[in-house]
Amino acid sequence: MHPAPSVIIFTALSGLGFGLLTWLGFGFPEVSGATAFAMFFVAFALAAGGLLASTFHLGNPQRALKAFSQWRSSWLSREAVLAVASLGVMGLYAIGLIFLNSTWQLLGGIGGALSITTVFSTSMIYAQMKTVPRWRMPLTPVLFLTYALGGGALLAGQVLTASLLLLALSVLQLISWKLGDRRFAQAGSTIETATGLGFLGRVRLLEKPHSGSNYLMREMVHVVGRKHALKLRGIALLTLGIIPAALLLVLPFNHIIAVAAVASHLLGLFAARWLFFAEAEHVVGLYYDQRRVG
Amino acid sequence: MTTLPQNTGKKLGLVIDLDTCVGCHACVISCKEWNTSNYGAPLSDMDAYGESPEGTFLNRVHTFEAKLADKPAQIVHFPKSCLHCEDAPCVTVCPTGASYKRVEDGIVLVNEDNCIGCGLCAWACPYGAREMDAAAGVMKKCTLCVDRIYNENIPEKDREPACVRSCPAGARHFGDFADPDSNVSLLSAARDGLELMPELGTRPVNRYLPPRLKDDITDSSSIDILAPLLDPMPETASGFLGWLDKALEKF
Ligand code: SF4
Ligand code: SF4
Ligand code: SF4
Repeated sequence: MHPAPSVIIFTALSGLGFGLLTWLGFGFPEVSGATAFAMFFVAFALAAGGLLASTFHLGNPQRALKAFSQWRSSWLSREAVLAVASLGVMGLYAIGLIFLNSTWQLLGGIGGALSITTVFSTSMIYAQMKTVPRWRMPLTPVLFLTYALGGGALLAGQVLTASLLLLALSVLQLISWKLGDRRFAQAGSTIETATGLGFLGRVRLLEKPHSGSNYLMREMVHVVGRKHALKLRGIALLTLGIIPAALLLVLPFNHIIAVAAVASHLLGLFAARWLFFAEAEHVVGLYYDQRRVG
Repeated sequence: MTTLPQNTGKKLGLVIDLDTCVGCHACVISCKEWNTSNYGAPLSDMDAYGESPEGTFLNRVHTFEAKLADKPAQIVHFPKSCLHCEDAPCVTVCPTGASYKRVEDGIVLVNEDNCIGCGLCAWACPYGAREMDAAAGVMKKCTLCVDRIYNENIPEKDREPACVRSCPAGARHFGDFADPDSNVSLLSAARDGLELMPELGTRPVNRYLPPRLKDDITDSSSIDILAPLLDPMPETASGFLGWLDKALEKF
């Protein structure tokens, strides 16, 4: 799939934002006044900023409100509804904490639950796609949730929890890559099943439908070099969990360390998210005979 | 609503005969011509006279080569448009309700006034049957020429999809798969109509008729169909030819 910057930024940042909101909703850490303001500001900026970025890839963003209507069937619609609900509830909760010095625990709990459910529905947009076998596995939502909770804990200053979650995340990410590498073959779609011509022997594309490119090829047929991908996987694995956890657990905690851990995690997050899209093969590529080699 | 109907009255769709398709792309052009000037936003072209022209199409013809070991290769032209799947994943992912499957005839359509151009439905379609129009920012797909097949303002013989009407080889057939006696049901049954990517469970309505196996030229006797006709003439002809022969020999 084409790794569109708007989608990468959106899923990465909003995941972080909703992860942080989840922790704040459940009272980790318990904040009030100016600290609460700062924390909620960061969380809202990430979550809402991510949502805003996601509208950049829409063809007709002025109709975005209509996307709230199909929550019965569409995960994208559910995500939109849940995101707005989370932000609304957490906004009220934040007002209590910041201005009224009162902690409405129930409200915070509801907001926290809504926030993490938002991340879940984001992940299901990908996990539901039969056309992209690499995404279609139960590990996809688990991975997205761990990203949100791990990154959120890091931003919420939960040093030990964050370190453990980020280490777990690194393991999960590695397993997802390994399992993901086999998913396309396991799903069983080939150029022969795509054309139904297997009974005539081995099939290959002789002529593309047009000499130029088209929307499908640009959007869904993205071929990434194996070496390039491996290098990025290495970088992502080190920076997203191992380096931050090492920084937090080994060195004496201070703000510079915290900033470095967050920066490292962000780098890993973006690299991994780029790979999440770039390495995902869509079955329509079969009609263009453009499977990744090796 | 983007939930799928339990059952549709009719199941309108196409049978595409891979044995007769000659790969002329007439259906591609007539589809574009009809659909750029009727239902919904026009099918735009980008950089039409430049170095890398491209555009929106609802129907494209790929050409494949299939080859069994030590058999001659076989060329198959392969037109591809929306298959109007019964379990259409493109419909259920749509957040706005713009994508829907009609209860009355099973046609899968996009209501462009509701489409935000998120592109998720194109991701969900295994067959590459949906393309986002670069100018309009809305999703385009085969409408099964819904504005022709019921159109009482055009002559009756034109009330079929533009691609079916224009195919010079008669390789495309339109009809109702819910009716077991329809032309498409009969054709598909008689020639074992293929379903594309059945493993994905989309239950496409359209069917592809498989091409026949090509004659094997490695065994030359089996293809020399003219040989019996080219047998040498008998030495002595009789009748009128015999007379002519003799008469000519005199000169
Ligand atoms: S072919 Fe694609 S666009 Fe058409 S109904 Fe099936 S999934 Fe939807
Ligand atoms: S591109 Fe339009 S039709 Fe397709 S899923 Fe998005 S809103 Fe629905
Ligand atoms: S039925 Fe109409 S819209 Fe669909 S491929 Fe044929 S000409 Fe194009």
